[in-house]
This record gives sequence, structure tokens and C-alpha cells, in this order.
Amino acid sequence: MSEATGLKSWLTTTDHKRIGLLYFWTAFAFLLIGGLEALVIRAQLARPDSQLVSADTYNQLFTMHGTTMVFLALMPIGAAFFNYIVPLQIGARDVAFPRLNAFSYWVFLLGGLFMNASWFLPGHPAPDGGWFGYANLTARQFSPGPNIDFWLLGLQILGIASLAAGFNFIVTILNLRAPGMKMMRLPVFSWMTLVTSFLIITAFPVITVALVYLMFDRVFGTHFYLPAAGGSPLLWQHLFWLFGHPEVYILILPAMGVISEVLPTFSRKPLFGYTVVVYSGVLIGFMGWGVWSHHMFAVGLGPIADSVFALTTMLIAIPTGVKIFNWLATLWGGQLRLTTAMCFALGFIALFTVGGLSGISHASPPADLQQTDTYYVVAHIHYVLFGGTIMGLFAGMYYWWPKMTGRLLSEPLGLVHFWLTFIGMNLTFFPMHFIGLLGMPRRIYTYSADLGLSQMNMLSTVGAFLIGVSMLVFVYNMWRTRRHGAVAGPNPWGGATLEWATPSPPPAHNFDVIPTVTSRLPLWDTKTPSPTPAPGPVHVPAGSWWPLVAAVGLPVMALAPLTHSVWFAFVGAGILLYGIYRWAYEPFEV
Amino acid sequence: MLAACGGPYPQSTLAPRSDFGVAIDRLFTGIFWWALVVFVVVEGLLLFSVLRFRRREGAPAPKQHHGHTALEIAWTLAPALILVFIAVPTVRTIFSTDKGLPGALRVEVVGHQWWWEYRYPDLGIVTANELHLPVDRPVAVDITSADVIHSWWTPALGGKRDATPNHHTYLAFRPDSIGMYMGQCVEFCGASHANMRLRTFVESDSAFQAWVAAQRGTPAPPATGSVEEAGRQAFQRYGCIGCHTVAGFSSGIIGPNLTHIGGRTTIAAGMMMNTEDHLRRWIENPPAMKPGAMMPSMHVSATDLPALIAYLQSLK
Repeated sequence: MSEATGLKSWLTTTDHKRIGLLYFWTAFAFLLIGGLEALVIRAQLARPDSQLVSADTYNQLFTMHGTTMVFLALMPIGAAFFNYIVPLQIGARDVAFPRLNAFSYWVFLLGGLFMNASWFLPGHPAPDGGWFGYANLTARQFSPGPNIDFWLLGLQILGIASLAAGFNFIVTILNLRAPGMKMMRLPVFSWMTLVTSFLIITAFPVITVALVYLMFDRVFGTHFYLPAAGGSPLLWQHLFWLFGHPEVYILILPAMGVISEVLPTFSRKPLFGYTVVVYSGVLIGFMGWGVWSHHMFAVGLGPIADSVFALTTMLIAIPTGVKIFNWLATLWGGQLRLTTAMCFALGFIALFTVGGLSGISHASPPADLQQTDTYYVVAHIHYVLFGGTIMGLFAGMYYWWPKMTGRLLSEPLGLVHFWLTFIGMNLTFFPMHFIGLLGMPRRIYTYSADLGLSQMNMLSTVGAFLIGVSMLVFVYNMWRTRRHGAVAGPNPWGGATLEWATPSPPPAHNFDVIPTVTSRLPLWDTKTPSPTPAPGPVHVPAGSWWPLVAAVGLPVMALAPLTHSVWFAFVGAGILLYGIYRWAYEPFEV
Repeated sequence: MLAACGGPYPQSTLAPRSDFGVAIDRLFTGIFWWALVVFVVVEGLLLFSVLRFRRREGAPAPKQHHGHTALEIAWTLAPALILVFIAVPTVRTIFSTDKGLPGALRVEVVGHQWWWEYRYPDLGIVTANELHLPVDRPVAVDITSADVIHSWWTPALGGKRDATPNHHTYLAFRPDSIGMYMGQCVEFCGASHANMRLRTFVESDSAFQAWVAAQRGTPAPPATGSVEEAGRQAFQRYGCIGCHTVAGFSSGIIGPNLTHIGGRTTIAAGMMMNTEDHLRRWIENPPAMKPGAMMPSMHVSATDLPALIAYLQSLK
């Protein structure tokens, strides 16, 4: 079967692999944008009393850096792997709802563009209230411009994309597994996708409600968060962190899933304690709901609440520690191949451990009263989300790139990328532990030379630019494989899971014959019978325009509260409903 | 080891100068050592594995271990045990630092965009940005905000607490050393969050009493015909009185109380030293010095400006 390659084929695609690639390239572009924002931030902080950017611009930069990295880069790179890899790992032809999957992607793209469009309007009113958007600074009285509206409406749009994807992957993983793939034979990456998807569908409604209240306060004059009228700005904090802490696990669990695939492959050993690793991930997913107030120890919730949330937070360290020990035991006695993917996975363990340990120090409320809102916490979250999530996602990129493109990334360039990232990351973020403990608050556009922290800040900035250089190496490496990468073949690493049982890149229908699974590591298990020859061509459904059309309705609707003209709401809703209607009645054969 | 960094870092959390600060420091030091032990064990095992278990050409496939129940139990219990050693002192410190001490000096802190209002309800004093406290006497701080959420922090004296509108939060501590301690707002509160700084002066009892006596006094009106008197007229004419209180003369409450501004070491919430040059630049165009500052440029004429500055400097 010949595959269409034109623009139309991409705009109408419902193939999980193409959607995965769309997610990947879009999210990677946002990763570069968020990284550039970070570099301007670090350039401003390289010296005390710097005048490089204004206070207002700086506040926009740190707001958009955080928002972009969380919602537009790390989550969707995870989603790119969910899309591309999970159906292959479970031996399915596609996700359960391919058109809903396309809808998720288009909504994500449009939400990201909507929020970032604010940079290009007159006066560049980009969001400036922090990625955490604390009330009541976000009230119309203190933030009169459209900046906060762009932020809250953009997040609402993105939330719809995440929710649709979450439901899709839950149904996919529960219902479309190949014959014989019991839940406890599911690869750990697919398991973590499942846990993450449950977290998404339960956590995003909370932020949705919080954002609806905020929109009502700003547009219709309600008082949910306005103290002058008896509302409570603390309500926002509880809702935001009730979402926000599960969100942390939404960001880290996929990366934990990736390295649980990479470490066994390159150790030539099965994952040690598979069952324990899976249940630890599930347990972390549950416990992540009971710790939100540890973001609020300085709020003054009283000694009882502080003690309870300190203890629940410390408890969550146990399943996390158990995972780390199981990964170490996977390495133990193996035959380690230090490929780039493996180096990033090892880097995950080394750096995530540092982030976990600094996390213990602010799980203790009195200690946290000195640490919260300082650079110590900036160091902590970057050891978790860069040292953990990004290192894990890089491991995934090197590991699955040959599956997704058919060609291998250059290993020598990959190792240069790894070492520059590893050194640059530590140079950037390790000094921040000291910068914070020595008294520098976060989210400040300038600081006095009197603090004595100028040299350490300069060091951190040098590290950040080293990370920038490492990204250039990586981009070149990806570019290079268009022509020069070695052809991968179906299983270049000797992996054990089903995505390696099909050509690279896989055909549109994934598998000629859906494999029957008899063990946790089907490709290492010689007892697995070889699949019978194909019974003839497999029909793959044609694409659809309607997910894209429906998705366009959402940002149009969002223009209504932004511009205070209700007609946008009607027009947008009309587009959305028309798209859904045509989608619902679309014949299967086009 | 860590405390040695205190000297050149005026906002260090590692050089505590109060009972509260010392309690936190002790707790953090304990956690630090436990964390270091875990760090060495994990990174050591990782490094050892990478060095020891590299693939060798022609070696047979490694033994396929799937798990080990006793090991799983062991490395579940070991971190749990360490956490007990962290959790017990944590909860103990939470409760021991929560209680105010009897006979405490009461101070009320009100956060504003972007400055601090300080009130001593028992002493009848209202001032801004520079707090004076007697050494070795317990202090009870009541913290709130007039607009958005701020957070009040003087690292040497202990932890921070958020200043939330319509809420009151509390800190209790006893400063143990005379000195000037720097701090600043640590909750993002808008354009000039970075410029919402503060200074706390811990003084001997006699110095504190002298400061209290000076603050409770009303500045004498300037002599007729003096440059300060011309400055006071300018203070009225340019509308400064609408926002600023000078006891016995004006009663504005939007901006900081200026009754004793001449006696403060800094202006604009700890941003600049209180010098003639800084005062001039500040009055000429406050938002140029402090982004978002509510005080607009008052277009004070070149002849009135020196008089106004002289008047402000005379308010000791």
C-alpha cells in the first residue's frame, strides 16, 4: 500500500505514528522556545542590577518559561511517545479513538499558539503572573491587561487536549492489548502511560474548575478569589496545587517508564522487580493526591496540617526510592552497553536522586520556611524535571528515534550531546542550591551585589549556555540522520518488547499479523512462536478533516472572554459543533 | 561547616541569629547528613555498576534475575527508617516553633505593593521597611497584606510567612545577636517584587528604647523662613500629604509613613541608601527607579526639589 505524503495527508491523519511525530516536532519546537526564554532569564541574572530586560519582560519570561516547559514541551513530548510507542508496545493497530487522537493534537497545537500569540501583539501582553498564577495578583485590579487572559484561556484549551488524550490512552491500553498480553505482561512504559493518563483525567478537571473561577472573576466580576469581597486567594492555591502536585507525577512517570525500558535493554537483563516497579508507580500516582499543601507551608495552615502534609510527603519518597533501587539492581550483574540512550537513563538516576534528596529537605515544614520561594527550590525542581524528566525523555529520543525514522542517530555526537547536557545541567543548577540557601528569592528580575551571589549566578548562566550548545549538537544530529544515519532495521538495540518486532518505521498497519504474547519479554523469549505469514493486506481507515475543524472552534471561542465580544463564542461553538457533527456521521469508508 | 558561609552573605539562611533560626538550622543540618548518606550510597552503587558491569566482547549472556523479595522488603524498610529519623524532629520543631513566648513584643507587618508597613500596637509606632527589635526579647509578628500576597522573610531571624489579604499569619522568635539583617519579599507580587526589600535592626535594649522614644515624638515644625519650611510647604503643595503621613502635619495612608524618614538608612523599601542624590532621583521619577511604583512623578520644580529633600532629611 502506498502512503500519501502531502500536506493534506498530515492535516487529516489519524495514524497514531504520524500524530506522534506531529506531537514530537511541535513539542520540540516549544522546548527550544522555552529554552530560549530560560537563556534570556539567565543572561539577565548573570550580573547584579542588570538592565538587559525590563521587570515586566522578565516576569513574562519566567511565566512563559515555566508554562511552556510544563504544558507545551515536557507533557507533549511524553504524549509523542505515548502516541508512537504504546500501540506498538501493546501490539495494536492504532489507539482506540484515532480521530479523537488527532483532535487532541490539533487542540494542543492551537492552545500553544493561542498563548504564545500574546508575544506578537502590540505591547507584547504575554502572561506575567507566574506559571502558578497566584490569586489575587491575577485579579483584574492588579493585572488589568489581557496577559492573564491569554494564560488562563490557553491553559483551558490545552486542558481539553490533555483530557481527550488521557481517556484515549486509558481505553487503548485496557482494551487493545494483543492476545496474551495480560496487565502484568505490559511493558513498564505502557504501564506508566496508563497511570499518567489516569492522573491526567483526574487532575485536569481540578485546574479547569480553578480556571473557570478565575475567568468568571476577571470577565463577569465574580469574587471567588477576591478578598475585598469575601473571596479567598487561598482557594486558588489549594485548587492549583491539588492539580499541580499530581501534575508533577504526570511529568515524571513517563520518564520513569522510558528508563525502565532502556536500562534492561542495554543491561541485557530483565527489569529487576517488575511487579514492584509497576506497583510503586501506581502507588506514587495515588499518593501524589495527598501532598499538595507541601507547596503551602509558608501560608500558615497551622501545625497540624503542616505535620500531616510533611508526613505524606515523606512517605511518597519510599516508593520513589524503591524504584531507584530496582533500577540499580537491574544494572547489577548485567552487560552494560553505554549507548547515548543508556547514558541519559543513567544520568536520570544520578540527577533525579539529587532532586529527590533536596525534596526531602523541604518536605520538612520548618526547613521549608527557609527554602521555599528561593533558588534552592529552583535547583530542586530542575533536578527533578531536567535531571529527571528531560534526561529520561532524551533517553527515549535516542532509544526510539530509529523506530520512528528508520535511522540511527550518531552515537559520537550523541555522547557529546549527553556530556554537554550533563555538565551544563549541573553547572546551571547545582550552584542554585547555595544561591537559595544564601538568601536569593526566585522570580526576581534583579538582585543587589550586596548579596554576595554574583559569581555563583554567573557560573549558573555559563552552565545554561552550555546546555544551549548541547541542544545545537542534538538538533544537528537529528538533521544529519535524514541522509547519513545508519539504517536501523527492526530491532537495532536488541530490545525485548513488541515495538521492535515490526519494521522501522513501522507500516501504517503496524503489524502484518498481531503477535500473540506469552511472556513479559516476547523478543527475548525464544519460546515465542514466530508469527504466521500475513493473511493479505490490512485495511487502514482513511483520514478525516473533522478533528481539525472541531479543534479550530476552541481558540475562536476563547477570543470571546479575551475581547469581551460574545459573538466569538457563538461562532467558535458553531465551528466546534459542526466539526463534531460531521465527525460523528462520517462514513468509515471515504 | 555550612555556617562558615555566613559572613559575606547578608541574607544567608545558614547563619541563624534567633532561637527560631537555630531550630530550623539544626533540623536542616540533620536532614542534610541523612541525604548525604543516601546520596553516597546511590551514586556509589550507580558508579560501581557502570564501571564493573561493562559489556565485554564474547561474554555469555548475564544471569536473568527477575527480582528478589527479601531485597525489596529491605530497601522499602531502610528509607522508611531514615524518614522516621527526619519526621520525628520535624514534627517536634513544627510544634516547638509554633508557640509564641510570653511577654513578647508585638509587631504587625502589612505588605503593600511594594513596601512593608510596620506597626507596634503596644508602642503606638507606625513605620515602614526598617524594623527595629530589642535583642534577647521574644517577638510576636502578625503578618497580613493590604493588596496581593507577599511573604515576609528575614533569613537570619528564621523562616518566612506569607502576607495574605484578609488573613493573619504569625511568626514567633527571639533575636539573639545585635546587628542589621537583610531580607525581602519572597512571594511573587507583581512588577517590583524584586525591589520589595527590608532591613531588621536588632539593638541593645537601651538603643531600642531610644529609638522608640524618637519614633513616638512628633517632629518639630521647621523654623520660619528656613529651607526646611519651604520644603514642608512644597510637601503640601505637590500633594505629598494625600498619600503620606507626617505626624502632626499630614495623614495620608496610601504610601509609607514618612514621620521619621530622615532617620531611616534606606528609601523605596530597601532599594537605595537614603542619600540626597537618591532622594532627588526618586522624587523626580519613582517608576523609573522602581518599575510599577504607584507614586507618579510629581514634576517638582528645580527650585522646590532641594527644599523638599532638606525637609525630608530633617524628619529624624
